[in-house]
Amino acid sequence: MSGTLDVVLRLLAVFVAFIALPLVVGQTEHKVMAHMQGRLGPMYAGGFHGWAQLVADGVKFAQKEDVVPAGADRRVFQLAPVVALLPYLLVLIAIPVGPGNAVGQFVDAGIFFVLAVMGVGVLGSLMAGWASANKFSLLGGLRTAAQLMAYELPMLLAAASVAMAAGTVSLPGILDAFHWWWVPWQIVGGLVFFTAGLAELQRPPFDMPVADSEIIFGAYTEYTGLRFAMFLLAEFAGIVVLCALTAVLFLGGWHGPFGADGLGWLWTLLKTAVLAFVVIWLRVSYPRLREDQLQKLAWTVLIPLALAQIALTGIVKVAIQ
Amino acid sequence: MTGHTLAAQAPGFLSPSGVEVAFLLVGIVTLGAALITVTTRQLVHAALWLVVALGGLAVEYLLLTAEFIAWVQVLIYVGSVVVLLLFGLMLTKAPIGRSPDADSGNRWAALTVAVAAAAALVWVVVDAFRTTWIDLRGSPQGTTKVTGDILFRHWVLPFEALSVLLLAALVGAIVLSRKGQGERRGESGEGEQH
Repeated sequence: MSGTLDVVLRLLAVFVAFIALPLVVGQTEHKVMAHMQGRLGPMYAGGFHGWAQLVADGVKFAQKEDVVPAGADRRVFQLAPVVALLPYLLVLIAIPVGPGNAVGQFVDAGIFFVLAVMGVGVLGSLMAGWASANKFSLLGGLRTAAQLMAYELPMLLAAASVAMAAGTVSLPGILDAFHWWWVPWQIVGGLVFFTAGLAELQRPPFDMPVADSEIIFGAYTEYTGLRFAMFLLAEFAGIVVLCALTAVLFLGGWHGPFGADGLGWLWTLLKTAVLAFVVIWLRVSYPRLREDQLQKLAWTVLIPLALAQIALTGIVKVAIQ
Repeated sequence: MTGHTLAAQAPGFLSPSGVEVAFLLVGIVTLGAALITVTTRQLVHAALWLVVALGGLAVEYLLLTAEFIAWVQVLIYVGSVVVLLLFGLMLTKAPIGRSPDADSGNRWAALTVAVAAAAALVWVVVDAFRTTWIDLRGSPQGTTKVTGDILFRHWVLPFEALSVLLLAALVGAIVLSRKGQGERRGESGEGEQH
């Protein structure tokens, strides 16, 4: 009985994190972008510095009519937001936040599970892009697919480098094997992983597939109300997942200069938060990459860098054994 | 493989465990999705049903405790192959709704090949294992560690042969695409870079 209760409590905790953390990231994005651009941002909802803005947005989305275009493929169109959102919930289950068994569910092949399931989320964008019966959506879908195929490989290679270094593919196992000097050792892989992850999430500067000024939000053009909100939530959940994964794989997760035993989870959250801040910062400061620049960056910079990182990992690994 | 016992000691077919029932049900769903994939007239729906079929296969691997294989299946097939397929379908502007000409006319030939292939595979598997009973509850047999050990101790040669095959395919693809580029260079100046 206590086993069942344990599982239920863990899943509940993961679900709460899945709902709360993306909202925190969203509100931070409002505020950080506002301050970087010399303005206030939302200030009224909820009283104190507009903290309830996203809740108000949620209420607004829930009230809107759920419109399906007449020419659309109804079922695929309606299923797409769920396919985009659910994978991130599944991924959160496998990310360890602290030492010991502070993880939703121990997954033996954790890295593969996480990357495989994250890849499924992009299917949602593709389904939306095709099923909307809209040329902008179709263009957005095409760009999403092209981007995913280019950036999946460097992401996998960078993750493989960490797995080689640790000698295991389970996420808690990698953290158990972590030493501080892994950070400089794996730094190139970390940069590649983070950049490729940004591209997979279609965040600026890699937001060509959703470029609102030219193809009007790409695959999401025809979406309204709750279904559109689900796509937005998927984007923020994606940021949380990517930052947490980068923190776990490349920055040592719950390891810290002090207090790793009791406050390990705080280190994980802190690293994730700093990385999420960088994600927002990049959005404010970098112009959008063109499609050819996107592809060139992936194939001529990131993949060679990731391969070089794997070679370096191999050499150091053999040398220290 | 470990955990072999004689068939006489193995549980019978008449009292299936929960895992066995789940395995059968998922198998039926997978088979159904695969059948819809090849019979539907809606091109993109075929690709999406393929996702269901491949995902079902991954669940079957999971039920057999082959966790590593299951996630690689999702990563490669659902994450990459199907995305490539959808990309191709979008490039050709696959219409919404039925495509009346989405039939190659090889229905019976395809069915014959499929039945023959299925029969051969079933026969090989049945002949190889017969009444062998592998206990999944014992020591884990599908973990990454076990899979890696077996792959790189006993199956290194096939593994390397496969990688040479893939390398040949890669080189072939580059050669083909560069050839096209040379022919087009006269008309359009610079061809595609990637």
